[in-house]
Amino acid sequence: MVENRPWLTFFSHAVLIGGVLVVAFPLYVTFVASTLTLEQILSVPMPLIPGDQLLHNYGQVLAAGSSRGSAAPVGVMLGNSLVMALSIAVGKIAISIIASFAIVFFRFPLRNFFFWMIFVTLMLPVEVRIIPTFKVVSDLGMLNTYAGLTLPLIASATATFLFRQFFLTIPDELAEAARIDGAGPMRFFKDVVLPLSKTSMAALFVIQFIYGWNQYLWPLLITTDESMYTAVIGIKRMIVGGDAATEWNLVMATAMLALLPPALVVLLMQKWFVKGLVEQEK
Amino acid sequence: MRRRAVFDNKVLPYALLTPQLLVTLVFFFWPAGQAVYQSLLLQDAFGLRQRFVWFENFQALARDPLYLDSAGRTLVFTVSVTALSMSLALLFAVMADRKIRGATAYKTLLIWPYAVAPAVAAVLLLFIFLPSIGLLGQALRRMGVAWDYKLNGTQAMLLVILAAAWKQISYNFLFFLAGLQSIEKPVIEAAAIDGAGPGRRFWSIVFPLLSPTTFFLLVVNIVYAFFDTFGVIDATTEGGPAGATQTLVYKVYHDGVKAADLGGSSSQSAILMFIVIVLTVAQFRFVERKVQY
Repeated sequence: MVENRPWLTFFSHAVLIGGVLVVAFPLYVTFVASTLTLEQILSVPMPLIPGDQLLHNYGQVLAAGSSRGSAAPVGVMLGNSLVMALSIAVGKIAISIIASFAIVFFRFPLRNFFFWMIFVTLMLPVEVRIIPTFKVVSDLGMLNTYAGLTLPLIASATATFLFRQFFLTIPDELAEAARIDGAGPMRFFKDVVLPLSKTSMAALFVIQFIYGWNQYLWPLLITTDESMYTAVIGIKRMIVGGDAATEWNLVMATAMLALLPPALVVLLMQKWFVKGLVEQEK
Repeated sequence: MRRRAVFDNKVLPYALLTPQLLVTLVFFFWPAGQAVYQSLLLQDAFGLRQRFVWFENFQALARDPLYLDSAGRTLVFTVSVTALSMSLALLFAVMADRKIRGATAYKTLLIWPYAVAPAVAAVLLLFIFLPSIGLLGQALRRMGVAWDYKLNGTQAMLLVILAAAWKQISYNFLFFLAGLQSIEKPVIEAAAIDGAGPGRRFWSIVFPLLSPTTFFLLVVNIVYAFFDTFGVIDATTEGGPAGATQTLVYKVYHDGVKAADLGGSSSQSAILMFIVIVLTVAQFRFVERKVQY
């Protein structure tokens, strides 16, 4: 729009810079703290210029963990987080895309019933069925296993819904043509549906990767063995008692390591991520 | 929209649905059913015998001042987090939607916290607000505020609200921005030609047209504040001091896992399930309405 209001432009910049500062300040402080010695952090006020302990702090948490709280190496935790995030993202996409394919491209008894059954799981987040779900997993002998960490979170009403919406936009003619050419349903799935779904899959992958990486309550419940902790859980286990007893330089280094992978995914795949997120609404 | 059925197969569709349905049955329906069933049972003190008591657990909750307190706190927490993060996000989105230099850079810098886990966000803010060594915690103390969230319940609540809202700004910002960009520009231009200033244009045109997004975000934020903030509270205050930050979800975890009160915890779960169902239905009604126009 052609309209020149210098003061309003100035005001916009001021507000946005303020916003960026509010959002970035905690991250900056975390980064600085992760490069200092514990003594420097405890000296009030803490310096606001990065120190020279970066390699030392990150090296120590990756290889050995903290010395006062949990002593599990963060390198192992990051590995666990990666396995969990990848399995959840890939698993959700895989089982949702075939379920939606069945619901959209076949007609069979109970079709709508199954769709609603999947849809209703939206109303049952882990947080409301904590103890019984824990019991099921423990009865199945899946405590402290990757299966226990990922399987219960792998059903996805949102992904199924998203794929269904997308499949409904695939022209009937395509499926007709495939049938006339003698292609079976699975051939049609592999050669037509999968290639068309690439963008939706990428968008979902970003969102579900972050969802899996950032899980808190579930890994907290089912991992008792330090070697199965995820990075997000590990941070909390390093914070012990009083302000001065905790090795904040190491906690902050771990926090940086725990937030970098999902942040990078968001920044590098920004286009897909925004598309996928905003389309979940529809 | 209905698709002509294109493939006929007696077995294949069921086979394709099996993995999803299996996970759903084993990890969703069975545990949810258990939670509802457990909520109608009363366990003796040793956990040896159970008795079917109908709605006694719920009646006990309704009389329990601790539970009612927790419900009130959850309300305060939810309203504060939602209001704070949504109003800031709307302000940032309106500013970033204007044609100003560097708009793309601002957007990128504002959306990354979406990637931060609630629990990690909480630890970042906790560190700044530590009473003895935190930058802002210290600053507050120098200004004469007796800042210590470990002793003062109101301050602890303030801390978890700030942490939960901080993390949610980016999500709301993205949706408000998408909503703003979908508003037809000629409508606003016409108003500008008629002499309406930016403020007037916002309140009488943009804001009403944005209401579908606002309503959607309202529901999402309430769900977030209710359920996804477990990590925020557990990583900072663990519900303390003296239960001052114990929200309903935290209480289910605390009573069920730490205090091993299965019946009580299950009936709390059942109540939460009811709340999610109401919220999801509200959201779905809204989706349907939007599709129609």
